[in-house]
Amino acid sequence: MSQELIIQRPEGLYCPQGDFHIDPLRPVPRAVITHGHSDHARAGMGVYHALGDGAEILRWRLGEDIALSEHHAGQGFDLGPVRVSLHPAGHVLGSAQVRVAHGDQVWVASGDYKRQPDPTCAPFEVVPCDVLVTETTFALPVYRWPQTADVAAQILDWQAECGRRGVAAVLLCYALGKAQRLLAELGRLGAKKLWLHGAIQAGVDAYDRAGVALPETRAVKDIEKGEDSAGALVLAPPSAAGSPWLKRFRGAQLGFASGWMQIRGNRRRRGYERGFVVSDHADWPGLLQSIEDCGARRIIATHGDSAALIRLLRECGLQAETFADLRDGA
Amino acid sequence: MERFAALYQRLDRTTATSEKQAAIADYLGQADPASASWAVWLLCGGRLRGLVRSGELRSWVATASGTPDWLVEESYSHVGDLAETCTLLLPEPDSEPPMRSLTVWIEQHLLPLKGAEEEPRREAVISAWWALPYAQRLVYTKLLTGALRVGVAQGLVQRVLAQMSGLPVATIAQRLLGDWTPSAEFHAALLSIAPQRGDRAQPYPFFLASPLEKAPDQLGAIDDWQLEWKWDGIRLQLIRRDGELALWSRGEERLDGRFPEIEQAAAELPDGCVIDGELLAWRAGEALPLPFSVLQTRIQRRKPGAKSLREAPLRLLAYDLLEIDGRDLREQPLAQRREQLGDLLQVQDESALALSPLVAADSWAAAAELRSEARNRGVEGLMLKRRSSPYRSGRRRGDWWKWKIEPLSIDAVLIYAQAGHGRRSNLYTDYTFAVWQDEALVPVAKAYSGLSDAEIGRLDRWIRAHTIERFGPVHSVQPLQVFELAFEGVNRSPRHKSGIALRFPRIARWREDKVAAEADVLATLAALAR
Repeated sequence: MSQELIIQRPEGLYCPQGDFHIDPLRPVPRAVITHGHSDHARAGMGVYHALGDGAEILRWRLGEDIALSEHHAGQGFDLGPVRVSLHPAGHVLGSAQVRVAHGDQVWVASGDYKRQPDPTCAPFEVVPCDVLVTETTFALPVYRWPQTADVAAQILDWQAECGRRGVAAVLLCYALGKAQRLLAELGRLGAKKLWLHGAIQAGVDAYDRAGVALPETRAVKDIEKGEDSAGALVLAPPSAAGSPWLKRFRGAQLGFASGWMQIRGNRRRRGYERGFVVSDHADWPGLLQSIEDCGARRIIATHGDSAALIRLLRECGLQAETFADLRDGA
Repeated sequence: MERFAALYQRLDRTTATSEKQAAIADYLGQADPASASWAVWLLCGGRLRGLVRSGELRSWVATASGTPDWLVEESYSHVGDLAETCTLLLPEPDSEPPMRSLTVWIEQHLLPLKGAEEEPRREAVISAWWALPYAQRLVYTKLLTGALRVGVAQGLVQRVLAQMSGLPVATIAQRLLGDWTPSAEFHAALLSIAPQRGDRAQPYPFFLASPLEKAPDQLGAIDDWQLEWKWDGIRLQLIRRDGELALWSRGEERLDGRFPEIEQAAAELPDGCVIDGELLAWRAGEALPLPFSVLQTRIQRRKPGAKSLREAPLRLLAYDLLEIDGRDLREQPLAQRREQLGDLLQVQDESALALSPLVAADSWAAAAELRSEARNRGVEGLMLKRRSSPYRSGRRRGDWWKWKIEPLSIDAVLIYAQAGHGRRSNLYTDYTFAVWQDEALVPVAKAYSGLSDAEIGRLDRWIRAHTIERFGPVHSVQPLQVFELAFEGVNRSPRHKSGIALRFPRIARWREDKVAAEADVLATLAALAR
């Protein structure tokens, strides 16, 4: 049995040879961070290693005073005897796959990634490896994403329809990544009257500092109470649903932009009028494509219900498992 | 089809009645009459039956999409809707979809599938899948499976049609009852202001009572109310017109031929008369009706045999008269209708067609006292009907109330869970509960309702984290969670392992304060069984 370069520990993914963690859950001395979402980038680490593209986001999220070691994409650095490099994952601005090389082995921890184009971040890079630790958020064949430009056009149609009804269109989306990607796609189609919830505004400001071009928007807090919101497309975080903040847009329709909206039941259960299928994660074809592209013979699945993907990969003759399988000795 | 798919999508996106009404009106306004007729039929719950089997669809979509069978099953159990699963497993087509009306799709493509060999059926379905974009493919596949549930109340469709035609809603409702085949002619006749021949052969739309949720003394003086027992049977309208007899269930199913004893008794009735009542299984000479489960054996049987007629004889207890001598009485006050009904039938004799007795109580307190004895009388409680009320249609609150006895309850342990469908797809919401028999837990009930959305979400996460084993879509979970189940009664049932079946079980409360060992034992339920 060859040596395991990445294992799962209570505090997160860990490389024993290099003595560092990837996206740790608890404070550790050395953390390699794949991207700035709060379930990946947490406070309290001794040193943060990340792509320079995402530095603004990490400082916005974790504070100006973090010890951040910024790296260029593809440029290797040593942690102990292990050679580490970060490669674009296409998930959000500054998102990285972590390549870990030691001895004759190369492992890649994908972090979150997608294969669709995204005007706000560098595209996913295929990194050849022996073992791929992949996310599996949408690991069923019912998840295949439509073209983002088509979805953006649907959103504009919806905005126009809300305008005809004299109400606002409130689009719920994650404040980091999804919102900026949507804005960029909508901007390409000439979208106007784009208003932002405070949480989204903070994300847009971080992208702005990082030099990502986004269309003109206005913060809701700067808009007079009396101003007509009919036909405005208001971007807000999912937590705004049902909050008092929403009350100022009387009669507004509620939409949600997420991969989960692929399933009608998910949208109907939450009571959104509209669901728009846009995800920053790989869809089923994207997962299979990435596994095939990187040439790994062994796949370890994390994040999400991976049972179907693992079974399929095993049927294809690959070694596939979860960290839980490894822990249980299965 | 494109327009009908757009209608489906518009209905799917809103919960607002006004928006649904506008969407239906827009569609019916532009559709050709035959397609409009099909749309009305579908919106009222019409289903194309026997086109394909669900197993065929799964295997076809596996073939068409190159997905292994087991992965189709995994996907289905995740999505919770077979038509939607099939739709999602195939990519969007590159070419423009064919422009065919809903009528052409149904009459020339879907209906001919019935009874055809598997091969041509498979080819027809797969080529339609490849040709149709997502929204149309979903509706198409839903038509195939028959389960096009659009969340539209029939009353709403009727209101739209009434507005379009200028006819009263009652007339539209009446013309839509029963079995009809959609066509341009039917649609024209439906909307025609001239009286239609069929108007006479149809039942009246049933008037439904609402559950009483307040104290009865808030209804005013008891003298203004007529009290009857709330029977635990099935609602039936008996129509005697033009020398013919028709029996209609509340589900708008014609049940003629199934209940010869009722038909025989009704032959004595004068022509031009319509009676509303409750069908019960009741043996001559016995004080109580037989339990609902016995009645059920008769409803399912199209031609009852001698044994069935002997063991489960039926009785129709009449409680309203809607027509006499061909005159529509529905606008008359209940008290007057009841008087005329009494002239027609005798109270509680042993005949198969008898008058449902009035319950006498001179105060609400006395009525409450009678209600509390309901279980011993084999009834579900009391019906409260305003003496001055006309016979309305549908569930209109205010004049007819059902005042049911408090449900029974037990504490049971959650042992299995399965993902729900529709709004609840992807969430574990179909639960099986068990009680103790010696050291073992025996399943006694399935329940789907009673938890709040927040509780459903929390229980869903708990189920995922505490699954012991999976049998297809069913998860067995660690027997730790206790729930209080409410139910209306217990029937003996040889079909169930426990030997009993609960009537209308639902979750009353999640008893997080209790541990599994404190749940009830089977003997408690067995003692209640009848």
